[in-house]
Amino acid sequence: MTSFADPRDELAVHIPSLRAFAISLTRNVAEADDLVQDTILKGWSNIEKYTIGTDMRAWLFTILRNTFFSARRKTRREVADPDGIHAGSLFEKPAHDGRLAFTDFQRAFDRLSAEHREVLILVGANGYSYEEAAEMMGVATGTAKSRANRARARLCELLGMEAGEDFLSGHSGATLAVMGRSGIQAA
Amino acid sequence: MTTKTDMAENPPKSSLRKDIDENLKRVFQDALQEEVPDRFKQLLEQLRAKEGKK
Repeated sequence: MTSFADPRDELAVHIPSLRAFAISLTRNVAEADDLVQDTILKGWSNIEKYTIGTDMRAWLFTILRNTFFSARRKTRREVADPDGIHAGSLFEKPAHDGRLAFTDFQRAFDRLSAEHREVLILVGANGYSYEEAAEMMGVATGTAKSRANRARARLCELLGMEAGEDFLSGHSGATLAVMGRSGIQAA
Repeated sequence: MTTKTDMAENPPKSSLRKDIDENLKRVFQDALQEEVPDRFKQLLEQLRAKEGKK
C-alpha cells in the first residue's frame, strides 16, 4: 500500500469514489459536486482527526454522508414522494430468465429513499461489512442490517418482484410457509 | 445474543440477492466513470498553496 508523508496528499486519491458515492446519494451531479467540495474542505481542515493507517475512504465517506444528511435536515426540504411522480407500473416484469434489466434496476434505485440508497451502496456495491457501514452511518450494526434488508425488499417491490420477504427474514421462506400453515408456534 | 442471531441469519446468498449486488456495483461503477471535474484538483492545490504561505 502506498503511504503518504502528509495524509492530506491521499485526499486526491479518493475523489472519484467520493463523487460516485455523492452521485449515488443525491442522484444529481451538480449537488454531488458541491457535496464533494464540502467533504474535501472538511477532510483537509480536520485531517488531525483521521487516524493514519485506517481506511481514509471510509473516513471521507462518513464526512460526506453526514454533510449530506445534516444539510437535508437543516433545510427540511422534503423531496416530493417519488412514488407519486412515477405512478403506475413503469417497470417491466423481469425477463423470463429472471435476471434484472439494468435500466429497470436504475429506475427502481432512483426511487429509493436516500437512506436506502446509502446502505445499499456501502454494503452491496462497495462491500463494506454491516459493522463498517453501521459505523459510517452512526447506527447499531443490527440497524444497518435491517435497513439493508428493507432496502433490498423495497427494490424488489419497485421491480414488481415478490421475493422481498426473502430478505426480511432470517429463516428460509419455505420454513416460514410451513410454520404459518400448520400454525406451530416456537416453544 | 448477537452471535446466536448472526448464526441464524446467514443463509447462503440467494441468486436474486447476488443479482441485486451486481446491479448495485454497476450503479456505483457508472457513477465512478463520470469524468471528475478539475475544480477538485484545483481546490486541493489552493489549499496546499495557502498552507505554504503560513
